[in-house]
Amino acid sequence: MTTLPDVSTSAIAGARWRPGEIAFWIVVVACGFLFPSRYLIMTDIVRLALFALSLDLILGYAGIVSLGHAAFFGVGAYSAGLLALHGIINEPVVALVVAGFAAMVLGFFTSFLVIRGVDLTRLMVTLGIALLLEALAERFSGVTGGTDGLQGIEMQPILGRFAFDIFGKTGFFYSSIVLFLLFLLARRIVHSPFGLSLRAIRNNPLRGAAIGIPVNRRLIAIYMVSAFYAGIAGALFTQTTALASLDVFSFERSADLMLMLVIGGTGYLYGGLIGAVVFKMLQELFSTITPQYWLFWIGLVLVVIVLVGRARIHRWALWVPNLIIRQLAGRRAVVAVPESDPS
Amino acid sequence: MFVRRQVLLAAGAVAAAAAAVPACAQEEAVKIGLIVPMTGGQASTGRQIDNAIKLYMQQKGDTVAGKKIEIILRDDAAVPDNTKRLAQELIVNEKVNIIAGFGVTPAALAAAPLATQAKVPEIVMAAGTSIITERSPYVVRTSFTLPQSSTIIGDWAAKNGIKKVATLTSDYAPGNDALASFKEHFVAGGGEIVEEVKVPLANPDFAPFLQRMKDSKPDAMFVFVPAGQGGNFMKQYAERGLDKSGIRVIGPGDVMDDDLLNNMGDAALGAVTAHLYSAAHPSQINKEFVAAYKKAFNNRPGFMAVGGYDGIHLIYEALKKTGGDATGDKLIAAMKGMKWESPRGPISIDPETRDIVQNIYIRKVEKVDGELYNVEFATFEAVKDPGKTKK
Repeated sequence: MTTLPDVSTSAIAGARWRPGEIAFWIVVVACGFLFPSRYLIMTDIVRLALFALSLDLILGYAGIVSLGHAAFFGVGAYSAGLLALHGIINEPVVALVVAGFAAMVLGFFTSFLVIRGVDLTRLMVTLGIALLLEALAERFSGVTGGTDGLQGIEMQPILGRFAFDIFGKTGFFYSSIVLFLLFLLARRIVHSPFGLSLRAIRNNPLRGAAIGIPVNRRLIAIYMVSAFYAGIAGALFTQTTALASLDVFSFERSADLMLMLVIGGTGYLYGGLIGAVVFKMLQELFSTITPQYWLFWIGLVLVVIVLVGRARIHRWALWVPNLIIRQLAGRRAVVAVPESDPS
Repeated sequence: MFVRRQVLLAAGAVAAAAAAVPACAQEEAVKIGLIVPMTGGQASTGRQIDNAIKLYMQQKGDTVAGKKIEIILRDDAAVPDNTKRLAQELIVNEKVNIIAGFGVTPAALAAAPLATQAKVPEIVMAAGTSIITERSPYVVRTSFTLPQSSTIIGDWAAKNGIKKVATLTSDYAPGNDALASFKEHFVAGGGEIVEEVKVPLANPDFAPFLQRMKDSKPDAMFVFVPAGQGGNFMKQYAERGLDKSGIRVIGPGDVMDDDLLNNMGDAALGAVTAHLYSAAHPSQINKEFVAAYKKAFNNRPGFMAVGGYDGIHLIYEALKKTGGDATGDKLIAAMKGMKWESPRGPISIDPETRDIVQNIYIRKVEKVDGELYNVEFATFEAVKDPGKTKK
């Protein structure tokens, strides 16, 4: 990391696809065919994964903490809902992108508030923005439907061809494709010089500024990208469930998102994805076993996860697959979960 | 080698047997997917319904018409997208014959298209907005609709010397239903609405609204808050001294839910509400129901518990009528027009709308044996949902 060519080689090396990553996406596609009766929960996971990815982009790569990411999710959800309800844009894919941009615009305007402060201020500001939007949505119930939510959303077929079905098959593949495309984009972003500069800012903003990185502009840019991602996740939510209610802005949504990143790990793109899977599965498992007290169990597991430490759990989880890989391809091919650099 | 093969065979046989057992059981069982909020703000609704169903199955046994009844409980925390997902998974994966519960209107509405598509009866045991039964021909309701009680309290108030009323309702579909029906009947009877306030459904702070109520000096205030929020409301009502200002509380009975009533304190005394059920309803069947419920769960049943109790009764009776046939269309046909004596009084299912027809009682909060009860003093018999008969 001393001379320029070294930086670019290491960046390129870091951007190379690893076998573990390819395996991950094969598993995602396989799930779509293996569990045809579980499309709805899988769609839910995919949406959450995208949402978690969006938070990881600012938290893991730029060091911006946020407790109000549901604000963008909600704006995306309501935009998609209103567009479909009033027949402004009937094509789901176009509506999806428009909803994403709506969230991005909000991201642009709120970014000025967010980049000003340090961590604690940012937590409060982001939280405040989400609560503000929730209150506004409730106040203008004529537009948003208030607590009852938007009623009567009917989604048109995707690209005029694939209709949303009751079993959620279309919804699942649609969401998965969106997730994959946006994941590719995110991967490209974080491995680009832009992404590297973000990490420099995260590690030491002052130093970043000293070596000529336009800190604020970079932070605004990534904040907008993240808002766009969250908006898309929200729009996917509305499009696949045909619902949008006040609860899209809820604090729980933002807080759950943080938990997912805590479980999955920040600062590498798969963290949010894995976190979403684990979180949702835990929730599903416990609420099936004990519909009354599942919150207790999920809390307990989260405490244990934090106590045991994520790195150790990752090692345990990867022990079996690594054993097999080692037999097949030798020592060097083992899959390891990259931990975020200490910040 | 030989031994290993034997072990494998044995294991295979066990596995086959294990797979076969649920397959047999499935043919004999009628599965009911119960989706209610067990966590979050509406948890008391879910708890009451769940309790009531458990009680009923303890009393009547878990087999009917040769079929075993199996309840699969799921928590949706009153969030409609959860409800929809759970309903779909119960229908597709668990192959439930009936979905039931639904603590809030948006949840019931979210599940309605699934009921239509899968031809599975949806028994609404709590949600009270008029339109729900119109959303699917498979929806049957055993709870109540808000216009049922609100129109009656509107008429009653106009006839009983209440001239000016301020209203305070939760800002969502049932609250708006309650307000509209009350207003129509009260104003038609010569009354005047002096102040209209809508409070948010989630975590409401009633204090600022109550101050406005107090300033507008009405004879009475019409209150609708969903079951579970009544306690909080009455506490703030008393704190603001409204109980001493002579402003009476009237409304549909949700605010005076039996579940919470006894803890509200003397501020609640004298409140007049119109509703479908009071734990003090003077019938033998209700006395037994209340005693059994208290014994089992150490609490008084509220109207949500009765909604659940009647819901499961309806399912039992419909299965008896079809001889255990749990196909959606047959069950719905059997349920239409069914009449029975419930703890709340005589009720029936309207064959036209699949909505409940029941007596609405005017009650006043009084102290009976040191405990607060809604004591019924007037009865309106066999009230249909006015939200629909209008059309």
